[in-house]
Amino acid sequence: MTAQVITVTSGKGGVGKTTAVANLATAIAMDGKKVVCIDGDIGLRNLDVILGLENRIVYDIVDVIEGRCKLKQAMIRDKHYPDLYLIPAAQTRDKNAVSPSDMIRLCNDLRGEVDFVVIDSPAGIERGFRNAIAAADRVLVVTNPEVSAVRDADRVVGILEAEEKGSPSLILNRLNPILVRNNDMLSAEDVLDLLGIHLIGVVPEDENVIIGSNRGAPVVTDVKSRAGQAFRNIAKRIQGQDVPFMELEQQGGLWGAIQRLTGRK
Amino acid sequence: MGFFSRKRSATSAKERLQLVLVHDRTDLTPAQLESLKNDLIKAISNYIDIDPDAVRIELEREGREQRLVADIPLRAVTRQ
Ligand SMILES: Nc1ncnc2c1ncn2[C@@H]1O[C@H](COP(=O)(O)OP(=O)(O)OP(=O)(O)O)[C@@H](O)[C@H]1O
Ligand SMILES: [Mg+2]
Repeated sequence: MTAQVITVTSGKGGVGKTTAVANLATAIAMDGKKVVCIDGDIGLRNLDVILGLENRIVYDIVDVIEGRCKLKQAMIRDKHYPDLYLIPAAQTRDKNAVSPSDMIRLCNDLRGEVDFVVIDSPAGIERGFRNAIAAADRVLVVTNPEVSAVRDADRVVGILEAEEKGSPSLILNRLNPILVRNNDMLSAEDVLDLLGIHLIGVVPEDENVIIGSNRGAPVVTDVKSRAGQAFRNIAKRIQGQDVPFMELEQQGGLWGAIQRLTGRK
Repeated sequence: MGFFSRKRSATSAKERLQLVLVHDRTDLTPAQLESLKNDLIKAISNYIDIDPDAVRIELEREGREQRLVADIPLRAVTRQ
């Protein structure tokens, strides 16, 4: 086994990074691959509650880095999906407890153990973000179809290119097809044209995301949810499968546009 | 913006973002671009006769590539 390390980041806060990490990691584990997700948001631990694992935490990432426990001891195994693990963030430590080289070392130790490492980046472009991207083989940038989120995403894409991390892939989250149809929301086509990067998926606005977070059961476990389907599709694309983009709108305008943009026929 | 000419908001969002991103990416403010244009006009005028008012300098983008495009019409030279 040699894991692929995937980092989810965004620039702007609150656009859905943690939601994406929880859902993609769960979906990959549902597909039978071994995956560990790392909460890189030191001081603002969240991935544990979204995954429903908050009561199981004993050790965290800083304990591993500072040698207070073995790597395996800090990997919390999910009860429903035995291929899913979480390494939680430290809640009471300052951000400087982790460095980019710590992250590279940690991920190198994990590479032999699992198929995928999925890292949740904090918002911003500071230390926590630098840590989160340090070990990444691939970066996914999450944005919403809103001016400030797109602008910040563009900054992050620029930094990633400058750091020679390669061109990231885009997750466009919280798209509302009705607003797009009324031309009151940027379409996937608009955002792709502005950012000029590869699209890996469009996730619709869906109240089931919040319901899933409330329960500690990511929305990918809800077979009927549209957002769940979108995240399951992205998880398959991460695993190298060619999954057609779903039709978010009955009229199909968006779908056709996405297919054109991604060169699928 | 008048009531009747009101654009749908997605169109405004896209147009505004196009401008903002070009300046963010190049780290060049509209004021700096204007001063670059004036310097360019000065330099070129040392060699050829141009109409300063007709000079256009724009930042264009294609995907993630930025390009500075200058359109500098020359004044016809009337030889004696
Ligand atoms: N597709 C969606 N539909 C509806 N709500 C969503 C969707 N995606 C995310 N949300 C909601 O948006 C909020 C922010 O999501 P999340 O915490 O994942 O963002 P984040 O980028 O990790 O934030 P931060 O920058 O603070 O870490 C949450 O309340 C989440 O439930
Ligand atoms: Mg988060």
